[in-house]
Amino acid sequence: MKLPVYLGLLREAERTLAGSFRQVAEGHGDEPDVHFLCRTLAAQCDAHHEALTPVVERYGETTPDDEPERLHADGLSETRTGPVGLLRDLQDVYLLATFVEITWTVVRQAAQALRDHDLLDVIGRCDSETSTQVQWLRTRMKQAAPQALVAAS
Amino acid sequence: MVDRVAEVWGTRTPFARGRRWPVRVDQLLAEGVAEDDVDRWVQSACVLCSNGCGCDIAVRDGRMVGVRGRAVDTVNHGRLGPKGLFGSWQGMAGRDRLTRPLVREGGELVESDWDTAMGRVVERSRALLAEHGPLSHGFYTSGQLFLEEYYALGVIGKAGIGTPHMDGNTRLCTATAAAAMKESFGSDGQPGSYVDIDECDAIVLYGHNMPETQTVLWARVLDRIAGPDRPRVVCVDPRATEVARHADVHLAVRNGTNQALMNGLARELLHRGWVDDAYVAAHTLGLDELREVVEPWTPEAVAEVCGVDAGDVRRAAEIIGTSERVLSTVLQGFYQSHQATAASCGVNNLHLLRGMIGRPGCGVLQMNGQPTAQNTRECGADGDLPGFRNWENPDHVDELARLWNVDPLVIPHWAPPTHAMQIFRYVEQGSIKLLWVSATNPAVSTPDLARMRRILGGDVFLVVQDLYETETTRYADVVLPAAGWGEKTGTFTNVNRTVHLSDQAVDPPGDARSDLDIFLDYARRMDFRDRDGAPLIRWTSPEEVFRAWQECSRGRLCDYTGISYDRLRGGSGIPWPCNDEHPDGTVRLYADGVFPTDPDRCESYGHDLLTGATVDPAAYRALAPAGRAFLKAVPYLPPHEEPDADHPFRYSTGRTVYHFHTRTKTRRARQLDRAAPDAWVELSVADADRLGIAEGDIVRVTSRRGEIVVPARVAGGRDGVVFAPFHYGDSDGDGRAANELTMTEWDPVSKQPVFKVAAVRVERVRAGDRPSPAPTTTASRPAGPARVPGTVGGPDAEVAEDVAPVDPPAVATREEGS
Repeated sequence: MKLPVYLGLLREAERTLAGSFRQVAEGHGDEPDVHFLCRTLAAQCDAHHEALTPVVERYGETTPDDEPERLHADGLSETRTGPVGLLRDLQDVYLLATFVEITWTVVRQAAQALRDHDLLDVIGRCDSETSTQVQWLRTRMKQAAPQALVAAS
Repeated sequence: MVDRVAEVWGTRTPFARGRRWPVRVDQLLAEGVAEDDVDRWVQSACVLCSNGCGCDIAVRDGRMVGVRGRAVDTVNHGRLGPKGLFGSWQGMAGRDRLTRPLVREGGELVESDWDTAMGRVVERSRALLAEHGPLSHGFYTSGQLFLEEYYALGVIGKAGIGTPHMDGNTRLCTATAAAAMKESFGSDGQPGSYVDIDECDAIVLYGHNMPETQTVLWARVLDRIAGPDRPRVVCVDPRATEVARHADVHLAVRNGTNQALMNGLARELLHRGWVDDAYVAAHTLGLDELREVVEPWTPEAVAEVCGVDAGDVRRAAEIIGTSERVLSTVLQGFYQSHQATAASCGVNNLHLLRGMIGRPGCGVLQMNGQPTAQNTRECGADGDLPGFRNWENPDHVDELARLWNVDPLVIPHWAPPTHAMQIFRYVEQGSIKLLWVSATNPAVSTPDLARMRRILGGDVFLVVQDLYETETTRYADVVLPAAGWGEKTGTFTNVNRTVHLSDQAVDPPGDARSDLDIFLDYARRMDFRDRDGAPLIRWTSPEEVFRAWQECSRGRLCDYTGISYDRLRGGSGIPWPCNDEHPDGTVRLYADGVFPTDPDRCESYGHDLLTGATVDPAAYRALAPAGRAFLKAVPYLPPHEEPDADHPFRYSTGRTVYHFHTRTKTRRARQLDRAAPDAWVELSVADADRLGIAEGDIVRVTSRRGEIVVPARVAGGRDGVVFAPFHYGDSDGDGRAANELTMTEWDPVSKQPVFKVAAVRVERVRAGDRPSPAPTTTASRPAGPARVPGTVGGPDAEVAEDVAPVDPPAVATREEGS
């Protein structure tokens, strides 16, 4: 069964996403909405990570060798500056957040197949928050794009 | 005669539920002017708060010499408040009015003429459009201009230039009202009416210091309280306001925790069965999610987070849940606080749960801060599309494109309108290169002033249009002298949708011109064209613009097609929608429980209230709202800046009754200036005692942004909360503007800045030699041991009050009877 691999992957990806939100929050402190909201969203990711921990323990740890090829998510290495830098950083986080979102979907399918009610409860509490994170990133990028790509020097 | 500085709300005229509020005509004439000396009375309405009191301006020898309330007006039944009585006409008559355009020469502002000043604006504007395009232009306007001026500005910005960077200072005061109504009901548009005060059994004021912000509305409440069947009153406010003094329950919540309270109140209604199940089933969406989100918020949990008594939470919920007719009003304590839109929607939720919308006495009044804020919102001068159209709905954009005969792509609808704080951020970053500020003073009114001064003092080409020199005009490249109230003609709309006409009473001073004339002159000089090459803007008078606006509003919720200048002259203001279906206007919206949430009609597809993420159009359609309102569920989150060891106090800003905004007008009325001449800060009795601070001592209040050094008032607010009035700028003394301390942060949905949450530290600097200048008549009333002389106006402030000279007027007669 490969679900434990995915659970470990998802938990790790939430940790990475939390770190990336925090990095954007600190790197773009002059954008107050981005700053404060990214901190809030990082805390959501922390909570997701925590909620997954008992599930991961129940299904058992996996070794890195079990991980399917190329199935991992990179966090933000450093933040950029300026209007286009903000857009690019949000876009990087967006890629990571959509990765997390689809991973929740994949895990939900497996949880349903296993009739694992506890896991489905965890998913029910977390995956809609991830979807809202993705939707917020889209909203904020749509707002920033015209000025960053057309008007900013 | 009544001293209306000392007696803020004037003489009581008690009345019972269901009766009409008695008339009381308030009148003030300049010293030495008798009624017989008045050449003529010119119809208007007051612009010194959002209440919209109908008034007549006394004119003698071409000068405004006084004012009186209009007995026929359904808003005020003849009354006026202190700001209107003293400030409205005297505020226009300062000797230091701007009378000629100023331009910057060699670093200095020097007097000039219109051709030179407008020539410079147009030259820069054209060059920037050619080189950088429309996104180089930003407009920051007001809640003080007239409808016609906003609509003209909106068309210039959206169809002429094509920039999304337009907002009003309404963003600071009333954006959350609009946002909360869009989220709950699908569109901006006030459900309730002031006449609901006459009809209610309970009134709940959420973060609304009505006695100071809308004195005449509060007089109406006081007259019900003094009547035979007093409504029960609930007050949510950390300060000991006049509302708190009359309240059956006062919930002095910690500022920043409103959402916890609202979740707790909703939970009580649900658990105690105080819900109209049939209404909820037929007319709302979202009950299950709401039930889940509010479930943890027991009265004890609320008590813990908000710092109030759990029994008081239960008592408040019981009043809301069991009164036959409940009226709620909401203002800055919610709008300018943490989770603003969420908490304001929380008030809407309570009314939806009880099915109390659109019936007599069962209203929600999501208040406005300013007299013409409603028009800023309706006409698109706050960035929204005019007529409550949805920028994400291509059909709505096409309607405007046809109306204006422009390419739909010219109309900025490809991104959300740029809100004020983001406009300033783009200025800071240099991508907005021309900023045009009209009738507002951001150098005092916006958060974190040190940052704002850097932004305004930067490279941006700054045009400022105002009555007087202000803290903001100092940074301008061009200053345009504006004509104001009484010096120009136009219409405007108050909190409960009532449209008033304000006729020109006198000539403006010197070369000053109306804001409309200035905008139209700019449009002519820029030679904006429609898609057929004809001039985009051909209007020359306010009435022509009004007629154009009527067409823009046709068929929308804010339908003005049944209102004309002629109909507004002589009688009362008229509440929209006013059209063939509602020829006398409309008292309340949504009596049928059908809300404008249909996807083809709604003004917004809504947001996630925690993050501000927009709801995707397809996802919204899938909800199939079909005229049902939304119960919005949002968990409570702690504020982003909470007290800690370094900054142990919660800080909040607000108004005093004698001033408006940054006192541009009110400081020039001697009665008002004397009543509240200078800044102060309020501390609770226990906090002052602990810090060794006595009444009048000079204290330093410090946040992570800056500091102010001002005298202390020991007052009756909750412990741990420090309050400062925001009216005072730095033009006559440094280090006293309340916004030196506030944070740059805004609500994720309404984008309204958070003025009511910050952490500060307080230190005593030295002993004072007199009591602080805070008024004693209102929330700043002293509570400590010190003796403080009472605030009085003296003979100078004597106002004539004529009680019940005529029968009270009725609002929209044919509706009220039904």
